[in-house]
Amino acid sequence: MINAPITELRRALDAREVSAVELATLFLHRIESLNPQLNAFITVDREGALTAARTADERIARGEAGPLTGIPIAHKDLFCTEGVLTTCGSKMLSNFVSPYDAHIVERLKAAGAVSLGKTNMDEFAMGSSNESSFYGAVKNPWDMRRVPGGSSGGSAAAVAARMVPLATGSDTGGSVRQPAAFSGITGIKPTYGVCSRYGMIAYASSLDQAGAFGASAADCALLLAAMSGFDERDSTSLERPAQDFTAALAAPASAKPLEGLRIGLPREFFAEGLADDVRGAVEAALAQYRALGATTVEVGLPNLKLAIPAYYVIAPAEASSNLSRFDGVRYGHRAADYADLNDMYCKTRAEGFGDEVKRRILIGTYVLSHGYYDAYYLQAQRLRHLIADDFRAALAQCDLIAGPTTPTTAWALGAMADDPVQMYLSDIYTLAINLAGLPGLSHPCGFGDGGLPVGLQLVGDHFAEGALLDAAHRFQQHTDWHLRRPACAA
Amino acid sequence: MSRTDWEVVIGLEVHAQLNTSSKIFSAASTAFGAAPNAQVAPVDIALPGALPVLNRGAVERAIRFGLAIGAEVAPRSVFARKNYFYPDLPKGYQISQFELPVVQGGEITIRVGEGEGDKAYDKTVRLTRAHLEEDAGKSLHEDFHGMTGIDLNRAGTPLLEIVSEPDMRSSAEAVAYARALHALVRWIDICDGNMQEGSFRCDANVSVRRKGAIELGTRREIKNLNSFRFLQQAIDFEVQWQIDTIEDGGRIQQATVLFDPDTGETRMMRSKEDAHDYRYFPDPDLLPLAIADEWKARVAAAMPELPGAMKARFIDDWGLSAYDATTLTASKEIADFYQATVDAAGGGALATQLPKLCANWVMGELAARLNKAEREIADSPVSPAQLAGLVARIGDNTISNAIGRKVFDALWNGEGASADEIIERDGLKQVTDSGAIDALIDEVLAANQKSVDEFRAGKEKAFNALVGQVMKASRGKANPAQVNELLRAKLGG
Repeated sequence: MINAPITELRRALDAREVSAVELATLFLHRIESLNPQLNAFITVDREGALTAARTADERIARGEAGPLTGIPIAHKDLFCTEGVLTTCGSKMLSNFVSPYDAHIVERLKAAGAVSLGKTNMDEFAMGSSNESSFYGAVKNPWDMRRVPGGSSGGSAAAVAARMVPLATGSDTGGSVRQPAAFSGITGIKPTYGVCSRYGMIAYASSLDQAGAFGASAADCALLLAAMSGFDERDSTSLERPAQDFTAALAAPASAKPLEGLRIGLPREFFAEGLADDVRGAVEAALAQYRALGATTVEVGLPNLKLAIPAYYVIAPAEASSNLSRFDGVRYGHRAADYADLNDMYCKTRAEGFGDEVKRRILIGTYVLSHGYYDAYYLQAQRLRHLIADDFRAALAQCDLIAGPTTPTTAWALGAMADDPVQMYLSDIYTLAINLAGLPGLSHPCGFGDGGLPVGLQLVGDHFAEGALLDAAHRFQQHTDWHLRRPACAA
Repeated sequence: MSRTDWEVVIGLEVHAQLNTSSKIFSAASTAFGAAPNAQVAPVDIALPGALPVLNRGAVERAIRFGLAIGAEVAPRSVFARKNYFYPDLPKGYQISQFELPVVQGGEITIRVGEGEGDKAYDKTVRLTRAHLEEDAGKSLHEDFHGMTGIDLNRAGTPLLEIVSEPDMRSSAEAVAYARALHALVRWIDICDGNMQEGSFRCDANVSVRRKGAIELGTRREIKNLNSFRFLQQAIDFEVQWQIDTIEDGGRIQQATVLFDPDTGETRMMRSKEDAHDYRYFPDPDLLPLAIADEWKARVAAAMPELPGAMKARFIDDWGLSAYDATTLTASKEIADFYQATVDAAGGGALATQLPKLCANWVMGELAARLNKAEREIADSPVSPAQLAGLVARIGDNTISNAIGRKVFDALWNGEGASADEIIERDGLKQVTDSGAIDALIDEVLAANQKSVDEFRAGKEKAFNALVGQVMKASRGKANPAQVNELLRAKLGG
């Protein structure tokens, strides 16, 4: 049961082979037994989950179940959840109980999904290893000495270890795709604006986008369909018809299901810096794509190397402003002793934020300062346009872009603790997609040295999330990488 | 050196609170006077994850203002974050507009001084820009035992910050501009103009330079002046202080100052060195504000006639003096009342005289009575139709001006629905029948032989006394001009 795809759980619930309460209890039990080792959850909401499960059972009994009614899920701890602790992985919000629900939380509640709790994350979503959390590092279920990726490391580890079948995440520079790759699961970040940001605690507003984690593309499609949709409370939410991401997935399998699909391979994704074991797994997967009928063509993203400097100006700039509200005045942490207002601000923020958050606030404050704005912020915005133009040109020559999600497999805990820039560089394949606002998906495509999962990233044009899910689904119908489980979930 | 060797240069920044019912980026109410923190949505208290959504009503008001001053309403403008820490600024930044404001340019013609001729003159003040922004909350320092209370009801209230060019050359011009702007924002119904409640606040940028100098002097900004009197006092004090400082060999340092109404002095709040670096950048939570021509056209179609146009019409079409036309367009309420009075008075043979007569009554008797009773023209007990009925009867000589005032009193006190009713009921109709007046004159002459003798001896005063007696005998109803004419004929004949 714990490894079953969502469609199977749905069937079992509808057939009353299992109740939503039983399902919630089963996964809550897995969380209780595994979380002490993995640290994937910050908050486990047993009581809330069982209440929601009972409601779901009533709904199922009335014959009013939707695709996710009674399905256990977990939320990354940056989505505001009414009446439940919402920490963003920070001491600053370690006492913050949100008085309202984020839009996607609201939507998933309405769909009848049963939230088991809130998952660990890098503090304020800043990090690629889930080591910057105030609540401690999350361990990779495939190798507990390694990181699960970040910033949505808790969600990725929870799904990989089958503590929960589905989880939400957020992706500002790769925070869904990279942990999905490191943890051997599927994760999708849709086009900017497809999911409302209302109630998602902001890191970098122009890049932040909610995403979905599941074992497979089919599972992700169900979750994303329920999360996405226009929300008038987010001015950057796109007012367009809801997409049924599951429709294409139902088509019958054939020997050449990807016939006609042109996959672009950016030469910059396969250049220096790509580890051999990752390259090997990705190239084997691409051969499989070709075997299923797809053709591959080399494309170029000549400005890709500019993505990291552009991102590390724009994201910290927005973050420095977004995080100003955490001032100890209205909610969250406030220093116990202070001499005056300025002292209260300084101590509260010095105590409440961790090093990585402080580092990015400092960078952001610097690049927006008088006399530096043009040279840094405006210049970074120009680079952002160049990068978006690169993708436009590349996507004119193909239907989807594919490549490795990350240059390496998961690294050891603490390996990059003293070298933040090295960690920034590890996001080279994912950052640019956020700068361009495009959808990206990572799915398991094999294993590297030490039996660590490797992810393959698919990138499409705006609103191509259906095409990404469809391609990944066809691949998964003919391969079993997405069915492999770490020992703790076997 | 004396004051006359110096030129004063003033520019104003006015914050006009827009009269939308909800806030600029949330659905919370903007009503004044609620219990602290009762009117706040998640975005107003900057809860984590809360996002702003622009209130189109605030934009529409900005468009109205831009159209009213002949400015360019930008087809695309951008909201920016102005970053600084303060407890009543919940997000740690204010959403404002910086590089691309919604209203660019424009001008307002003001009348400086009162009366006619040399005492008053017109002047055109150019505007730099007007931009939309949100207000901050309030910090309350009393009643908290040494701590500070924060009320966020005002946080997120929409403001239009209206920035003028440094075109004003005296405190009188600055006040005239502020008054004209105050009247305009109320005229086009974008701001209630309530200065006590802070709906209309002025900051004055003041500098001085020697007459003939081309370079502007260093300016100091006087913050938060919430009455026209304080604006005048603060500028006058500041100008003298700057002149004295320079004449004593000092230099003006750029600074922000506060005006203390108790002492009448300005004092330094912060120097340029202490100025914040606001780290403005475009707000990624809001899309650029696009204003299509159709939207502008819709707003333009719903605009009332503007004070400038109305004033010109009163002068050109109705022959009013510049002074009268200025006074009658000082506020939309006065102008509407006057226009309605003229419209109701009708026309006919008297069409050319009525506007001037109506103007005299609105600016004279009515204004005096309202002033005495401390009432606004909008709740005048005498309606435009009633006043028109009265003016029409004076115009067609049914009653004299003096009787008119009696009728006005009756209308004011609610002793009758119309002038005609009161005239009829009280028998106030003017006597124009020559025979009847002749008879009265004969009576008066017979009873006042002494005055007749004095007049014949060359005392003109005696004639006026006799006119008065005849009027008295008629109980004010005789036509004074006719009495004059007939009496002179009799005495001369």
